[in-house]
Amino acid sequence: MAETHSLQDLRQAAVASKVFVQRDYTSGTICKFQTKFPAELESRIDKQQFEETIQTLNNLYAEAEKLGGRSYLEGCLACLTAYTIFLCMETHYEKVLKKIAKYIQEQNEKIYAPLGLLLTDPIERGLRVVSFLHHAALSVP
Amino acid sequence: MKNCEYQQIDLRALRTSTTRTSTNKNSQRVRRKWEVFPGKNRFCCDGRIMLARQCGVLPLTIVLIFITSGLFFRFDCPFLVHQLTVFIPVIGGVLFLFVVITLLQTSFTDPGILPRALPDEAADIEKQIDNSGSSTYRPPPRTKEILINNQVVKLKYCSTCKMFRPPRTSHCSLCDNCVAIDWHQMTWKVAHKSNERFDHHCPWVGNCVGKRNYRFFYAFIVSLSFLTSFIFGCVITHLTLRSQSVNGIIQAIKESPASVVEVVICFFSIWSILGLSGFHTYLVASNLTTNEDIKGSWSSKRGEESGNPYTYNNIFTNCCVVLCGPMQPSLIDRRGFLPPDDTPPIVTSDTELPHFMAKNDTNMCTQSTKELLESVAHSAMIQSTCTPGTPKTTPVTQESLLSTVSITVSPSSKSPPTGCSGRQARRPIDVPCSQRGSKQAALLTHKTMLRVSSPPYSLGHSPIILSDAPNMGFIPLN
Repeated sequence: MAETHSLQDLRQAAVASKVFVQRDYTSGTICKFQTKFPAELESRIDKQQFEETIQTLNNLYAEAEKLGGRSYLEGCLACLTAYTIFLCMETHYEKVLKKIAKYIQEQNEKIYAPLGLLLTDPIERGLRVVSFLHHAALSVP
Repeated sequence: MKNCEYQQIDLRALRTSTTRTSTNKNSQRVRRKWEVFPGKNRFCCDGRIMLARQCGVLPLTIVLIFITSGLFFRFDCPFLVHQLTVFIPVIGGVLFLFVVITLLQTSFTDPGILPRALPDEAADIEKQIDNSGSSTYRPPPRTKEILINNQVVKLKYCSTCKMFRPPRTSHCSLCDNCVAIDWHQMTWKVAHKSNERFDHHCPWVGNCVGKRNYRFFYAFIVSLSFLTSFIFGCVITHLTLRSQSVNGIIQAIKESPASVVEVVICFFSIWSILGLSGFHTYLVASNLTTNEDIKGSWSSKRGEESGNPYTYNNIFTNCCVVLCGPMQPSLIDRRGFLPPDDTPPIVTSDTELPHFMAKNDTNMCTQSTKELLESVAHSAMIQSTCTPGTPKTTPVTQESLLSTVSITVSPSSKSPPTGCSGRQARRPIDVPCSQRGSKQAALLTHKTMLRVSSPPYSLGHSPIILSDAPNMGFIPLN
């Protein structure tokens, strides 16, 4: 039964620490994350950088959930076609989620990876948390 | 004990070796996430379609609709086309298609299931709220108070999903999932003074009706009420016209017995379906008017958000929002690939191992490690109770274990971790622990290794994890 995990994985997990940024429900159920700077990240990143990242994420999610002419049009068209149009077309929300994924990847490459942090996409956690993973470097190439 | 050499691990090499392993289908099959989904759901077509485990009377619904429509097209339409207009079967056909499509979409769509908290997240939550240290008993249900639009709202902790339930979310006991529901569904809950145990599980569609599939459900019941009314009207017209031509209703019924069957079915359906769609229309449209009532009546009781950001002073607009608003994609990634977690340990003598291990323990051997994993796995299997239907006590140990993981901080980082290596670190704790006992084995092995590698790391408060034998290395098993 030793097929569970490779040894490296377990050891890598042993030196990783995670900081979770929870959802902010003060404005209702729209997808928004807390901009409060967590204490565990104090030594690692700049507070302003953190706030900027989270705020941009919040704005992007607000854009996804925005009710506007475009989303109405999409919804009406979908309703008329008995929602079968969702099989062929990508919704506005999904497009924004892709944008968010790209943004997170950019942030990771430019800002967080050099600091030894990894920002995870909240969609992987069911839009519950944004997690910062601090991963100790295991080697120098 | 054999002596083995340790080398620096190269993340890139590890990543490629893992990728190679994962693409090598001969050694193991890469699984999709739906295969290990912890809720009580069934998946078809490789995760594209999901059903609740209890279909309820969905087959009955489908059969009734097909039988009634079939009889209508077969027996009533020819007469009516002849007597009236050809548009009758056309309209009937369109309505029928609409009903079937929306019914299938309601049944097969993810209603808005919130994925369960992964072990590290659950551990973080536990750590924040429960500072009493080790506990092996089930903690009492917890609530967290937050401020929504200046109103205090209590979030309940879901012990199955290991997270604080967001507002407007309830746990469906039939599907064993937390499902996000919409504002008007919540309105109904309050209006009927139901408690949190209220199920949005609709037996007729065999699925929960949540935020994501409410529009399909609403479209289904509205179109079904149109269809049943239309068929009912057409059949009555048919019988009336026929009885005029044959001078007697009895004779007309004898000539077309199927019509009677349709009338009976439609008659009984209309009461319930029209009532239901009328009720749901009222729910959707009355959001705005009951806001003030709710605000007044709730501020003294539970306190729920009263400001609906989608409220407009227009019933039509409000209905539009429900049917045509943005639809959130499914939060459970059904067809995503699981990280290959049943890889055999890639630890061989020429494999590179982490740098820090080289610092501490040079006597470790891969062979004994494998044997240790096996022995731990065996012992873990015996005490393994980490399955969905079991009491919630066992996972607490695991979470405490993982809280140790989460607070272990390494001294300094030399080279930046890439995205892929981060993912690899997450791998052992990414998969929910309710899958297999072997996960427990891995985590227990993890625990053993934490014990071993203690010096450079400041393990914070983890009294439950560290054993009383600090100098105990790997158990030599050979």
